[in-house]
Amino acid sequence: MKLVRKSGVQLAALVITLLLLPFITDALLGRGWVRIADFAMLYIMLALGLNIVVGYAGLLDLGYIAFFAVGAYCYALTGSPHLALAFPMAFPDGVHLSFWIVLPLAALTAGSFGMLLGAPTLRLRGDYLAIVTLGFGEIIRIFLNNLNAPINLTNGPQGISRIDPVRVADVSLSATQNIFGIAFPSVHLYFYLFLAFTALVVIVSRRLERSRIGRAWMAIREDEIAASAMGLNTRNLKLLAFAMGAMFGGASGALFAGFQGFVSPESFSLMESIMVLCMVVLGGMGNIAGVILGGVLLAILPEVLRHSVVPLQQALFGKTVVDPESLRMLLFGTALIVMMLYRPAGLLPSRVRRRELGSDEAPESL
Amino acid sequence: MEILLQQIINGLVQGSVYALVALGYTMVYGILGLINFAHGEVVMVGAMLALSALTALLGMGVPPVPALLFSVMVAMAGCMVLGYGIERIAYRPLRHASRLAPLITAIGVSIVLQNLAMMIWGREYHSFPQLISNDTHNFGGAIINDIQIVIFILALAIMAGLMVVVHRTRLGCAMRAVAENQHAAQLMGVDINRVISITFMLGSALAAIAGLMVSANYGLAHYYMGFLLGLKAFTAAVLGGIGNLRGAMLGGLLLGLIESLGAGYIGDLTGGFMGSNYQDVFAFFVLIAVLVFRPSGLLGERLAERA
Repeated sequence: MKLVRKSGVQLAALVITLLLLPFITDALLGRGWVRIADFAMLYIMLALGLNIVVGYAGLLDLGYIAFFAVGAYCYALTGSPHLALAFPMAFPDGVHLSFWIVLPLAALTAGSFGMLLGAPTLRLRGDYLAIVTLGFGEIIRIFLNNLNAPINLTNGPQGISRIDPVRVADVSLSATQNIFGIAFPSVHLYFYLFLAFTALVVIVSRRLERSRIGRAWMAIREDEIAASAMGLNTRNLKLLAFAMGAMFGGASGALFAGFQGFVSPESFSLMESIMVLCMVVLGGMGNIAGVILGGVLLAILPEVLRHSVVPLQQALFGKTVVDPESLRMLLFGTALIVMMLYRPAGLLPSRVRRRELGSDEAPESL
Repeated sequence: MEILLQQIINGLVQGSVYALVALGYTMVYGILGLINFAHGEVVMVGAMLALSALTALLGMGVPPVPALLFSVMVAMAGCMVLGYGIERIAYRPLRHASRLAPLITAIGVSIVLQNLAMMIWGREYHSFPQLISNDTHNFGGAIINDIQIVIFILALAIMAGLMVVVHRTRLGCAMRAVAENQHAAQLMGVDINRVISITFMLGSALAAIAGLMVSANYGLAHYYMGFLLGLKAFTAAVLGGIGNLRGAMLGGLLLGLIESLGAGYIGDLTGGFMGSNYQDVFAFFVLIAVLVFRPSGLLGERLAERA
């Protein structure tokens, strides 16, 4: 939150640390951890996008990863040889649009899906949005899994591979590049790309938070009836928050597809939505620094679990009783419950949010 | 014509199960104004518990019918404890918190149950032992088997029983009073917490039976079965008018029919573009359509607008 307010020296120190991070990580922990840092950045972008919906506007979106999927498939279809299979006449080599053209398109497509989904539900109580988004997250996977016949659009469960890497000024990020005599491996290059985007998302979130729209969202979150009595068009504002969150999700999805070079429906399960929600809730809803903290913690957690739980169980029982994957989900679920019960405003609460969620006021009259 | 009749039969059987689960959603919603996201997982736990008890009992040489009855008891008891626990842990402390909080704990409970079930019963599908005779009957060209008949009749009987409880007993009177106005009910000497706990337990007991029915009908049980089932049953509750018991029953049967007919004819309707593998998307479109055109549902009278 205070990232930008800090004095120039601190800001410069932060920037330099972040710029050196891939090299430090590479030297201390190995290349694999730079990749994990890349994913952490992606997750932070996603979590910040969801934070607009859940944290600012107070709308529960349980299918957020679906928008990520929409964005990812947008780039997968328009940046790979895949469409040659479905339309060999029109696209003999597939479609290879530049990433920078697809990125806004992916965001817009995801945003439109958000509008389509939000328009019927947002005029009703928040619970409906939660369950509709939950359903949407599952439906999109059914479509991705089945739209391989009779026209092979998504290639079904096998997913789409050989997606073009992101290119910046005609330099491919998927190969090691020598810049000023320093070798930058691909994961480092993507780290800088994601870092730039994360910074952008942070700045946009910050500006939004303080803007007229942001304040209106928070007013709606705290008391919708009062907000609408103050003349706010609550439905349109909620729709805006929802669509904007979806756009961030779509843009992150396109980045993900470019980075991975491969997408399949498996990456977009309900568990991923829950994980992103968990980042927002754990860190502190409505607080940018908190959400970033949540993103970092939860992106690293699976690795920590893999390196600690398996050997521990091997030592204790001689075999792996509980696999780290389900243990992780179990922890997420428990975290959601425990956080809501004991620390509803998150690890790093925003001041406004703490006041609201911690309130123990009289029950609303029925 | 036979296909139509067959799809109607399948739809009604499946729909009666949806109705049982939908009742659980609608009862809780009527009383607390809260969607119990974890309800689908309670159904799954019911199915798994019943299956485990059944397998164990059959393994000990207990005859099928007593074994089945006892497993139903075990599943119901287990789910009632679970329902009670969910309410106490995840919902009661947050009754006066912001709207978002109980929704988030609900999804948390749901994830925890799913993953615990996966740890206990594994990722694989469990097949349901064949117990009662599974003779098929020819019914005007369509085929219906004994299990389907039992499911349908039992579901209707349970629903009738629930209506009697809600409308003819002191407990039911208290439940309706709490649903109408919690504070007024409290002033009239109704123990609200007790009524809410009993509502959760009642809904969970229905869920346990529904879980057993689903796994008997398909011959399978799986740790992930509760998720989609819960979503569909919720759709059924909304379709009928959430908070309305008759609505949940009607909505369940209707949704079963829509789904079964839809899956049966989608191939013809879309010229073969989409097949029955899209069966699961119907409920979702029904949900969206209801929310657009009639958010209060078919039988719901008040449009819930308590922000």
